Amino acid sequence: MIGDGEALRMEKVHKSFGATHVLRGIDLSVAEHEVICLIGASGSGKSTLLRCVNLLEDIDAGRIVVEGEEITAEGLDVNRIRRHIGIVFQSFNLFPHMTVMRNITLAPVKALKMSTASAEAEATELLERFGLADKREEFPDRLSGGQQQRLAIVRALAMKPDIMLLDEVTSALDPELVAEVLNVIRELATAGMTMVIATHEMGFARDIANRVCFLDAGVILEEGPPAQIFSEPRQPRTREFLQSIIEAGRM
Amino acid sequence: MTGPRAWVEEPLEPPPPKERGSKLLGNRAFLVSTGSTIVFFTVLTLVVVLAPGFRVVRGSFFSFHAMKESFFGVQREGLPPIWRGFLLNVKVFMIAEVLILILGLVIAVIRQIPGPVFFPLRLVAILYTDLFRGTPLLLVIYIFGFGIPSLGIQGMPNSIVVWGGAALVLSYSAYVSEVLRAGIESVHASQMMAARSLGLSRWQSLRYVVLPQAVRRVIPPLLNDFVSLQKDTALLAPLGAIEAVRSAQIYTSYRFNFSPYVMAAFLFILLTIPLARFTDHLIERDRRRRAAGGAR
Repeated sequence: MIGDGEALRMEKVHKSFGATHVLRGIDLSVAEHEVICLIGASGSGKSTLLRCVNLLEDIDAGRIVVEGEEITAEGLDVNRIRRHIGIVFQSFNLFPHMTVMRNITLAPVKALKMSTASAEAEATELLERFGLADKREEFPDRLSGGQQQRLAIVRALAMKPDIMLLDEVTSALDPELVAEVLNVIRELATAGMTMVIATHEMGFARDIANRVCFLDAGVILEEGPPAQIFSEPRQPRTREFLQSIIEAGRM
Repeated sequence: MTGPRAWVEEPLEPPPPKERGSKLLGNRAFLVSTGSTIVFFTVLTLVVVLAPGFRVVRGSFFSFHAMKESFFGVQREGLPPIWRGFLLNVKVFMIAEVLILILGLVIAVIRQIPGPVFFPLRLVAILYTDLFRGTPLLLVIYIFGFGIPSLGIQGMPNSIVVWGGAALVLSYSAYVSEVLRAGIESVHASQMMAARSLGLSRWQSLRYVVLPQAVRRVIPPLLNDFVSLQKDTALLAPLGAIEAVRSAQIYTSYRFNFSPYVMAAFLFILLTIPLARFTDHLIERDRRRRAAGGAR
């Protein structure tokens, strides 16, 4: 199922915030239709890595290539690049003053210059696919957390991205709402969406990922198929991390 | 009873009635508040009515005849009607309000533009707000209303209303831009980030995502400034514009009766109260539409 083409490549990516060296040389290659899960403790750099791929953060060194184009090159139109890369945040970040429909169609209409009619037609299709069809005229604050996060995913999908970045999308949800969001992501994986997912849901990562990367102190310390990472991790730090997860009863 | 006790289903019963009927207490509170209100206003009325100068004040401030006469004007004596003067206040206010919103928004946005290249622009915006917030409005109006027409530049309008109005616009834009800027800064940075991550430009994100939320949040303080502006249109009077207060002043100086001032004050109140209620209504409607729990 994984394609031959390369969707994303990161080469020796470094990023610091002031004196804090958050990413210390990330090398990562993601094939088309591949699903990568990033695991690791808080502060290990998972979110920063995703935000760098979306150009929400400038990198200090290295390069990032998406679909064959170096997106970290000088003088590129960041708005054009971002339209091909969807990102969903832990805290939804929906637009509270717009209806569900407007939340979805704003970027296609304003950034892609689609007509309102065709943007709404596509949005309606997405809403039906993700079980939100009856919410199109609601405002985000009137949806449950799970519905809000599904809407955030739909909003990103409406831009027809080549790759989706999911940044701990279930961490802000009540436990009973996690499943509905994970099911949406599963469906996307089945449909062949290339995804890089930062997550604390180890069971989900084991199910869905083609490859799991363990981040520690700003580097990818270990990567491999989920069966290997979760059953026989090579690195002592990976073992420690997984042990702490098991002790916390989250696996 | 320190150890963990076995879980017992609590019987679902309504709470026992209070010992003293709460209805009785409510009635008593109502009686007390009514009584104290009556006493307060009776005393206040007596103090005013029994004051030694009450008759004089009533005649010179609350003469119905003078109010009516000044409202409609006395044409053969050249006393301008207050209603016509008040229309000028309303006109100046309406036009100024629109211009202030535009200028205030432009300045607020300029102060948000990041990057060292735009430092001069930001500097100008900061100097502007400092200058016009720091100068008494009356002085700005004098300088503009008397100074600029005196330059005698060809093609420039020399109406005192235009230049007085311009002074109002410039002065109030400085305040309004600060209110709007506070609103913009109160919208969490994650909103801008979410908009940018979808491929919207900085300007589009500001225009469609940040500003609508910012303006909604500052509607009450904005309204406050606009109520203030409505009243400050009276400051065109010292320039000689025949607006409501100036009309009242003319009548007063001819008839030695201050009632037209009360008339003018009444008209200003009449204008501001509906605006305040209308804004409350808008805020409430917006809150209800968006809030969790459904429309009520």
